[in-house]
Amino acid sequence: MKHHTIPRVIAKLAIPGIILFGLYVQFHGDYGPGGGFQAGVIIGAAMILYGLIFGLDALKSVAPQKIVTSLIALGFLLYAGVGIVTQLLGANFLEYGVLAHSPKEGQHIGIILVEIGVGITVAAVMIIIFYMFAGRKQ
Amino acid sequence: MLSQLPALQVVIPLIAAPLCVVLRNKEIACLVSQVVSILSFLISLILLQQVLQEGIISYALGGWLAPVGIEYRLDILNSFILVIISGISSIVTLYSKKSVNFEIESEKIYLFYTGYLLMFSGLLGMTITGDAFNVFVFIEISSLSSYAMIAMGKDRRAVSAAFTYLVMGTVGATFFLIGVGLMYSMTGTLNMADLAERLPKVYDTKAILVSFAFISIGILLKLALFPLHLWLPNAYTYAPSVVSAFLSATATKVAIYILIRFGYSVFGSDFVFSKYPTAEILASLSIIAIVVCSIVAIFQTNIKRLLAFSSLAQVGYIVLGISFNNINGLTAAIVHIFNHALSKGALFLAMGCVAIVIGSVKIKDINGLGKKMPFTAFAIVISGLSLIGVPLTAGFISKWYLVLGAIDKGWWPLAIILLLTSLLALVYVWRVVEVMYFRSDPNSPEVKEAPLSMVIPLYILVAMTIYFGIETSFSAGLANEAAEYILGISE
Repeated sequence: MKHHTIPRVIAKLAIPGIILFGLYVQFHGDYGPGGGFQAGVIIGAAMILYGLIFGLDALKSVAPQKIVTSLIALGFLLYAGVGIVTQLLGANFLEYGVLAHSPKEGQHIGIILVEIGVGITVAAVMIIIFYMFAGRKQ
Repeated sequence: MLSQLPALQVVIPLIAAPLCVVLRNKEIACLVSQVVSILSFLISLILLQQVLQEGIISYALGGWLAPVGIEYRLDILNSFILVIISGISSIVTLYSKKSVNFEIESEKIYLFYTGYLLMFSGLLGMTITGDAFNVFVFIEISSLSSYAMIAMGKDRRAVSAAFTYLVMGTVGATFFLIGVGLMYSMTGTLNMADLAERLPKVYDTKAILVSFAFISIGILLKLALFPLHLWLPNAYTYAPSVVSAFLSATATKVAIYILIRFGYSVFGSDFVFSKYPTAEILASLSIIAIVVCSIVAIFQTNIKRLLAFSSLAQVGYIVLGISFNNINGLTAAIVHIFNHALSKGALFLAMGCVAIVIGSVKIKDINGLGKKMPFTAFAIVISGLSLIGVPLTAGFISKWYLVLGAIDKGWWPLAIILLLTSLLALVYVWRVVEVMYFRSDPNSPEVKEAPLSMVIPLYILVAMTIYFGIETSFSAGLANEAAEYILGISE
């Protein structure tokens, strides 16, 4: 894609916007439509666009495969970790209410944390799937 | 903390799985899965004791009470199944280290254990949950990881075996989901206990009949009852030994548990057995499975494949017990889940020992195994006797209850067929024993036993096969109580 100036310029313009929109969907998830899964896909798509336009190696230097693989696990651990913390606080698994002084606030914190976990895992899985397909010949 | 145990039963292996990915170390991954399996085993024992003392345990995930929230619900049946799964897993993981090092590429071992732990937690989740949709989620967790693990087998045919299983398994899980969806549309609930209360009002609708058909076919695909068994022989043959042992001892068994749960507790035996000829259909399919698969097993040249067909026949025995719809039949089914897990688990573990020493599990390559690997060969003999159902082994107990069940049901000829089919099992076990003990291998007569770390877990299973053939108050006693409880619900 080195000689295709238009896609390169447009991608450079679009990618920050896409990621920002992904973050919006992520953090707006508990009030409106959206959430971790959608946000993860959007952010993953932004990374994949970067990989398509600037090459697999460029993407791998931004998001090394080992780190992305660990992120899959870490996102999940964040989700399950919230559950364990609520258990340690004396409630049932994933009973967010105990995470803050008032149950309502606790639900907010719990949902946000869990959705961040989902977002991380989904984005990382998207990128890994791209690596698997794009790296097949190497 | 005791009240949190139902969640921890599933959550501990579920968290350990990604932990293995982060740590990226095969030694630690192996250790983690051993510790987690043993912890789960202890938890399941405590839960079983609690259930025996206090009755049903209900756990509301996230604090959302049933029937709206997801409920983990433990009764005597599923807490017994949990003990079986986690017990087998403890033995298999203790055994696994050398076998996995031998059969799996070194840099993939940590992923192997990740998959193993996911499958383990999926099976535990399927068993413990009281929510029909949650069952589907856990079916997917355990199945997806088992596809990946079967594909890790040394033989390249493992990949195609895993793909076949993936297609069939996905069809099974989808059918199950369609059935659950139809039930939900008719009753508005997904909680099993709630479903059992609301379903009788809509028994006569077509939607519930279709839902029952979808669910039972989906589960029968998963538990590999003839003629829906085609995925299983290749999957067991080409999977790594540890996976074959764990899958054969637990995965199909959990599917059988789901069949009992949906057949007796959710739909209820009035619907399943009185309204429709389910018993006749299941019984005839089981008989065909027992006879055909035992005969096919006789002609196999690969012992793992032979054992896979024998598993299909044993699934036939279990489903036959379920189809009797009486106390002895159901006891036979439940106790055979336990006994077959012991003997088939031991046999596949023994095959792992043979694979690591001889390098092949073909019948033609194990000439004189009785001299070369005396301990492994003896373990194969004892577990083989249990498969046949010889007295003083665990297998006899289940066959005994099964024959009693057939007589109670009034299906006399079946009792005779059951005894005759044991002879078929004798033939295929004898083929292996004959080659091991009565043919000598002139090329390499020296004794070379598998590593102790593999033989000891193998012998724990073999010892239990004998123990539970003599002292049956734990296995058959619990199975009997569970059967009474399950039949009591549906009355």
